[in-house]
Amino acid sequence: MLWLRQLPDRYTRMRLDRLKPLASLTRPLLALLAAFVLTTIALLSSGVAPLEAYRLILFGAFSTPVRLSDMIMLAAPLLLCSVGLSITFAGGLYNLGVEGQMIAGAIAAMVPLRLWPDWPPLLLWLLAGLSGAAGGALWALLIGGLRRYAGVSEIFAGLGMNFLASGLALYLVLGPWRRQTSASLSGTDLLPRELWLPTVDRLRLAPAAPVIALIALVIVWWALTKTRWGLEVRAVGLNPAAAARLGIVTARRMAETLAACGALAGTAGMLQVVAVHHALIPNISSGIGLLGLLVALLARADPRWLLPIAVAFAAFTVGSIQLPLTLGIDSAIAGVLQGALVLFALATRARR
Amino acid sequence: MEQLLIDLAAVLAAASPLVIAAMGETLSERAGVINLSLDGTMLLSAMTGFAVALITGNLILGFIAAALVGALVAAVLGLFSLTLGQSQTAVGFVLALLCTDLSSFLGAPFARVPGPSVPFTPIPVLSDLPVFGPLFFRHDPVIYASLLIVPFTAFLLYGTRLGLIVRALGERPAAVYARGVDVTRWRYAMLIAGGALVGIAGAAFSLDLKQGWSYRHTFGSGWIVLAIVIFGGWRPWRVALGCYLFAALELVATRSQSALPDIPTQIVQVAPFVLMILVLALVNLAASPAAARQVMRLPAFWQRPLLAAINRLRATAPAALGQPFERP
Repeated sequence: MLWLRQLPDRYTRMRLDRLKPLASLTRPLLALLAAFVLTTIALLSSGVAPLEAYRLILFGAFSTPVRLSDMIMLAAPLLLCSVGLSITFAGGLYNLGVEGQMIAGAIAAMVPLRLWPDWPPLLLWLLAGLSGAAGGALWALLIGGLRRYAGVSEIFAGLGMNFLASGLALYLVLGPWRRQTSASLSGTDLLPRELWLPTVDRLRLAPAAPVIALIALVIVWWALTKTRWGLEVRAVGLNPAAAARLGIVTARRMAETLAACGALAGTAGMLQVVAVHHALIPNISSGIGLLGLLVALLARADPRWLLPIAVAFAAFTVGSIQLPLTLGIDSAIAGVLQGALVLFALATRARR
Repeated sequence: MEQLLIDLAAVLAAASPLVIAAMGETLSERAGVINLSLDGTMLLSAMTGFAVALITGNLILGFIAAALVGALVAAVLGLFSLTLGQSQTAVGFVLALLCTDLSSFLGAPFARVPGPSVPFTPIPVLSDLPVFGPLFFRHDPVIYASLLIVPFTAFLLYGTRLGLIVRALGERPAAVYARGVDVTRWRYAMLIAGGALVGIAGAAFSLDLKQGWSYRHTFGSGWIVLAIVIFGGWRPWRVALGCYLFAALELVATRSQSALPDIPTQIVQVAPFVLMILVLALVNLAASPAAARQVMRLPAFWQRPLLAAINRLRATAPAALGQPFERP
C-alpha cells in the first residue's frame, strides 16, 4: 500500500535500465571522473605530481600494517556513524548533530571509567558502551525535542548541539577532569592500561571496534529492510503526512530514529575513548561524524554500500596523512576528493 | 562611558563580516533557497581574497575575487539543486565541507603570512560628533558597508517591487510564476547575489577583521550565521541584532579572560557559540506554540502582554524554503 505512489516511477526506471544495461554504470563513473578531475586540478595548482599524490592517497593506507590498522580504527567509528545516519536518512531527517552525539557518547562513556576504575575491565567496557550509547541517544533526543516542541529544524538544532557538546568536552578536559599535573588541551589523564581495549600486538588495531561496527551494520540493515518498524520509518521519511494517515505516530518514529542514530554515534565516541585515545580529548570526534554524513549521502543510505564507502574514505584520510611529510602539501586534499565524489555523485543522480 | 563607547564600536567592527554574510543568506533564503555552504564559502573566499590581494597588492581586486568565489559556489549550489533537483540541504552541506578542505589545501602557502589590510578611514567632521562619532564614524570602509547593508536589505525586501518578488519566491513561488516571473531564474539571481555577499564577508575576515588568513580561521562562525538567520526570523534588522549580540558575547568572553586569568582561552573561544545557541533556543522555545499554551493557563492579567510578546518573537520560515519548484 505504502509503495503504490512509488511504484510507477520505479517500474519505468527498471525498464530503462534493462534497455540500457550500461546506463546504471555510466552515471557513477562520470561522477568518479569529475571528482578526480577537480582533485587533479587542485593538485596541479599546488605544483605536485598528481600520480605520486594519488598513489599515497589511494594506496598509502595499505602500505604498512601500522597504517592498515589506523585505517581500520578510523573506518570503525566512521561506519558506526554512517550506519546511524542511514537510519535518520531513511526517516527523512538530516542529523547534522552526529558530531555532538559522538562527543556526548565519549563523555558519557568516561563516567563509569572514572568512577570505578578498579572494577573488572570487561564489566567496565560493557558499562562504558551502554553509557556511551545512552549519552549519544539522549543528545540526539534533545534535537528531536527542539524540533517537536520549539519548531527548530533538526539541522540547526543539531549544529547547535554540536557546539554545546564540544563546549562541554572542553570544559571537562580543562576543568573537573583535568590532568592531575596541570590542565592540558591534550586531554584528561590516560586511562589505566588494563582498561584499554586489547589490541593486536604492537599495532593500534583493537579488533573489537570493527566487529562492533559490522554487527551494527547487519542489525540496522535487518531492522530497516526486514521489519515492520523499518517499513514505517521509511514511510515517514517518504511522506510523513501519508504515514500519519496510515496510523503511524510520525513524531515517535522520528524520535526513535534520532535516538538510534545517537546511540550508534555515542558508541563510536566510546570506541574513540577506550580504543583510540584512551582519554577524553577536546577534539574526540575529529570530524568523523561529518565524514559519516558524506558516506551516508554517497551510499544513499543503502546499507550495502556503507561498508565499502566507509573503508574507502577512511583509507583516503589515513593515506593522505603522509602527504605533508613526503610531498609537502596539505592533507586536506583527502577531504577535497571525498567532498567532490559526493558532490558529483549527487549531481549525476536522476531528478526525483 | 568612554570605555563603553569603545566596546560598542568594537562590537560593530567584530560583527561586520557576520552581518554582511547574514544579509546575503537572508536574501537567498527569502527567495526560498538555503545556502548551507556558508562556512565553507566564507573560508574559501577569505583565502582567495587574501591571496589575490597579497599577490596583486590591490585590496579591491581581493574583494572582487572573494565575491566571485562566493557567487561561483552559490551558482554550483543552484545548478545542483535548482536545475538538477537535488536536495539543497545535501548539496549545501557537501559544498561546505568541500570548500573548507579546498581552502585548507590551496591556502597552505598563504597561512599566517602578513598581507595587506583595509586601512582605517575615520570620516572627517562626522567622526568628531559626540557619542556618534566614535561609535559609527571611526572605522574602515568594510564596517561602514556592514552598517549600511542592513537598512539597504530591509528596504530592498520591504520597500521595492524586487523585494516583493523575492519574498513571494520564498512564500508562494506558484503565485509569482502565475504573474509571469521565471521562478528558477530569479532564485538563481538571489542565490548568486547572496553568495557574492557571503564571499565579501569572507574577505572582510581575512583582509580586515583578522588581517590575514589561517587554517579554518572563521572558527565555525559561518554555521553561527546560518543559525542567526534562521532564529532571526529572516528579518534583516533582527538578524543583524543577532550578529551584534554574538559579537558582544565574544567581546565579553575576551574581557572576562583578562579579568579571570584562570579560565583557559579555549573555553573563552567556545563560550560565545554555546551561549548564542542557548539564547537562540530559549527565544525559539519562548515563541513556540507550547509556550503560548502555557500562557493561556496564567491569570488573564498576564495573558495579553505575554501573548503579544510571543507573537513578536515568533518567526515563521518562508513557506517554500528548501522546496523544489515544479512548474504547474
